[in-house]
Amino acid sequence: MLTYIIRRLFYAIPILLGVNLLTFTLFFVVNTPDDMAVSQLGAKYVTPEAIQSWKKKNGYDRPLFYNPDAAGSGAVTETIFFAKSLRLFAFDFGRSESGRDITTDISTRMWPSLAVAVPSFVVGIWVNICVALLVVMFHATRLDRWIVFVFVAMMSISYLFYIIGGQYLVAKTWRLVPISGFHAHGQFWKFLILPVLVGVVAGIGSGARWYRTLFLEEANQDYVRTARAKGASEIRILFRHILPNALIPILTGIVVLIPSLFMGGLLVESFFGIPGLGSYMLDAIKSQDFAIVRSMVFIGSILYIIGLILTDISYTWADPRLRLD
Amino acid sequence: MKVDQIASNTKTQRHFTQLWLMAVVMFLAACDERPWNDPQLPSPDGLVTYQSMIISTPPKHLDPAISYASDESLFTMQIYEPPLTYHFLKRPYELIPGALDSLPEVTYLDSAGKAVKEDDESVAFTRYTLHLRDDVHYQPHPAFALDASGRPEYLFETAEAGERYHQIPDFPHTGDRPVQANDYVYAIKRLADPVIGSPMLGFMSQYIVGMKAFSEQVGSLPRDQWLNLDNYSMKGLEVVDDRTLTITIIGRYPQFLFWLAMPFFSPVSPEVDRFYQNPGFVDRNLTLDWWPVGSGPFLMASNDPNSEIILERNPNYRADFFPSEGEPGDLEAGFLEDAGKPIPFLDRAVFRLEKESLSQWTKFLQGYYDRSGEVHSQPAGLFDRAFQIGANGVELAPELKEHNITMSPDVQPAVYYYGFNMRDPVVGGYTEKKRKLRRALQIAFQTEDYLNIFYMGNGIVAENPIPPGIPGHLEGEAGMNPYVYDWVDGVAQRKPIEYARQLLAEAGYPNGRDEITGEPLKIFLDVQSQAINNTLMTWIVRVFSQIGVQVEFRPADFNRTREKMLTGNTQIFSFGWSADYPDPENFLFLLYGPEGPLECACDGANNGNYSNEEYDRLFRQMRILPQGPERDSLVARMVELFRYDAVWLFAYYPTEIFLNNSWVHNNKRHGISRATLKYVRVEPDERAKMQNRRNQPITSPLYAAALILVALALPGVIAYRRRQKATARHAQE
Repeated sequence: MLTYIIRRLFYAIPILLGVNLLTFTLFFVVNTPDDMAVSQLGAKYVTPEAIQSWKKKNGYDRPLFYNPDAAGSGAVTETIFFAKSLRLFAFDFGRSESGRDITTDISTRMWPSLAVAVPSFVVGIWVNICVALLVVMFHATRLDRWIVFVFVAMMSISYLFYIIGGQYLVAKTWRLVPISGFHAHGQFWKFLILPVLVGVVAGIGSGARWYRTLFLEEANQDYVRTARAKGASEIRILFRHILPNALIPILTGIVVLIPSLFMGGLLVESFFGIPGLGSYMLDAIKSQDFAIVRSMVFIGSILYIIGLILTDISYTWADPRLRLD
Repeated sequence: MKVDQIASNTKTQRHFTQLWLMAVVMFLAACDERPWNDPQLPSPDGLVTYQSMIISTPPKHLDPAISYASDESLFTMQIYEPPLTYHFLKRPYELIPGALDSLPEVTYLDSAGKAVKEDDESVAFTRYTLHLRDDVHYQPHPAFALDASGRPEYLFETAEAGERYHQIPDFPHTGDRPVQANDYVYAIKRLADPVIGSPMLGFMSQYIVGMKAFSEQVGSLPRDQWLNLDNYSMKGLEVVDDRTLTITIIGRYPQFLFWLAMPFFSPVSPEVDRFYQNPGFVDRNLTLDWWPVGSGPFLMASNDPNSEIILERNPNYRADFFPSEGEPGDLEAGFLEDAGKPIPFLDRAVFRLEKESLSQWTKFLQGYYDRSGEVHSQPAGLFDRAFQIGANGVELAPELKEHNITMSPDVQPAVYYYGFNMRDPVVGGYTEKKRKLRRALQIAFQTEDYLNIFYMGNGIVAENPIPPGIPGHLEGEAGMNPYVYDWVDGVAQRKPIEYARQLLAEAGYPNGRDEITGEPLKIFLDVQSQAINNTLMTWIVRVFSQIGVQVEFRPADFNRTREKMLTGNTQIFSFGWSADYPDPENFLFLLYGPEGPLECACDGANNGNYSNEEYDRLFRQMRILPQGPERDSLVARMVELFRYDAVWLFAYYPTEIFLNNSWVHNNKRHGISRATLKYVRVEPDERAKMQNRRNQPITSPLYAAALILVALALPGVIAYRRRQKATARHAQE
């Protein structure tokens, strides 16, 4: 297995390089270093000297990819791409365009992200699996058809609607929880109730419907008929026989997401005022802070790759017949 | 049932009991006197806390040499105290001493440095002498902490030595000292240091003697450690004694006094500058940009720009009192109730970051924010529900009146406009025909309707580039643009659309078609994408269709629009300008020829490239004249030229309406200065009472939800039990 993991890690290098190159190109197609300088310096008294000075101070006074004035390897190394993007491989994220240390910001902001993402993820999966198994129990009945209809309706509704609707009903009209905000200390849990509730409810439609399909495939297998013939209760059949056998496709969908929980959610964090990494990314895009954008995209790519490796490893746990070579 | 199964069930039951107990404990912990939905942490006992919000984006810079945005001055102006400030209540805006004991003494010098009279033609320099108050003191801060030997306690040789400090409150010891004249000199030297990157460097180098040379000198020095700027002198700065300094500028520039009221000229102590250069501090965001150190009424107690910024009363703040006089009407409005009382009234101010309008608005209505905003008044999108157009203009919606919420309208010292590119071959130029074309377009654009439809009437039609509250702004018939309006029965009335058609025909476009080619006249509007929408575009198209003119929109983002203006590749463009200081010069320079981007090949403010020799000559004269009738007459003539040449399609002065909860007092808004938090007073007991009243939870939905769950589960359980008990025959049936 170790060989497999090492091989996969090596495969990750060209992927990360490609992601970096793509992010860099896309960003600088839209924004020139001069644009970045103007947006950082403000709209007033922005002289060409001030723009030049900002670019020099922040290392944007070089060519993007190729420096014809530099000798030897300097033609490649004395460029913005090399200086800004490739040092990420050493996990040196540097400072944001406004001067803050990105590593410090990320390490501070990942905790609020996790505080919302982990309960939403865990409770969401648990609820989806339970609901799906119960629906499977009533397969091919009128109840099953109605529930599937409700699932389709729920997954057709925009996530934004759940957020705004939840805020409007639960926080504004019924005044049961704060509408938004977060405190790292004190009664921090009361800020999590609504985002977690919204996250779980919004995910039931698509999640439970997908799991229902997986469970139904297993429900028609011979071993289920055998268990039933042996007098096992329906609950036991569902949780002890069908669920473990349907785990592989479930793991494919969820294990890859686990590392990404660090990254938080763009919409949830923005609407609920959670000072996590999702809103960090969104703010950076709005303020054209390339230093933060490239760092977050890089971290996101790494976490996704780790997620994929973990998924492969989890297969061996779910199905002992599998071996990773 | 097997024994191990029984044991397993007992264990499960025990876990459930533990979970329930935990839930009950957490619930009981939450059941204090505060409402369930209270998003604020309780204020420390006995401290009066002001609850406010930062809308949309946190401040980027709090270093007084760098910070320029109004969102940032909300904080810098509470923490720093520049030499001058503005009177809180008086209008027009009036400069008063801040950290000084009187307004600066002004001396005019000739090129040999000899004092001459103000109106002497040989004036080559102006010297400002500043005398500091004797009670101005820095806030407590670790940069001033000294060890037993009298040396700074927190100076580290290596990053590891100071790595346990992550925020300023982590430092156990603090110190302080009086503000000295050299601190102001040091602050100006920081403006000149190119490594710091102050936006003022280019602009102020034109004025302060020796600033450019100083900048070049320190810019060329190696920076492997802290550079003590005290070791380098700037010719135009002199420290006379601990409480007196002089600043010498080139020529006459009376507006320089206004700059002395901005955070750029706040004192920065060399000890603080040195403290923040400790190795490793910048990697933990321990910088002057995030932890400002000043002598103002408040100090930075907590800075988490991702969620909240907390200011606390500076215990060393000088003696300061609420003003005893204001403008007419202030007494009746209750703005002088606290006259003569010591300020600040608040002990703490908490500013929470709010990005979404629903949250901002809901928390304000629930009473968790004292006012609807600090820099931006009302959440966009919910504006319509807060106000209605009544007999007297904008009025509060009835539900807000029930909460005793009050309004504070504030006409901003700013002007937003759509300008003509005067070098454009179609709409630009200075011939009579071109003027007529532009006037026809001006008359057709119904600015009053535009403001009523798209801004709920929150704005005033601008017939002059100078907004209200600034000398040079005229009201009544004198303030009317006679080329667009007629004075009828004491009211300015827009000229009829038939007159616009006539002007258009005289300009060579009868019925909106070129009289030679017969082609329809099409105008092009360059606007920022976020400032335009389909409704507005439809309205503008309809407005110009009245005179047969077609419109094409060219929306783009800020940078692309700016690029078009810099290269002159625009015909009609949108732009806005907010006052740096309350002087007509700060608005009239928007039309000064050498400020045109095509003229100066720079990012000039005269985006329309307006060029009029008389205007430029008058501007140069006006710029150096002191306030008075002579200056007023020059300003009036320049405004007349602006109207005659029809330089802008339309313009308006934005009005913002701030809402205040009933327990907040002294809500008069100041268009120029943000140093007004020290005047705000809140009644915490009244606030707590109203918060409780407005936020009683409605619990019936919880019971309803539980009932629904049971109702849904019950048929399922029944069906399941029936199925479990069914025989094979029954199941088949």
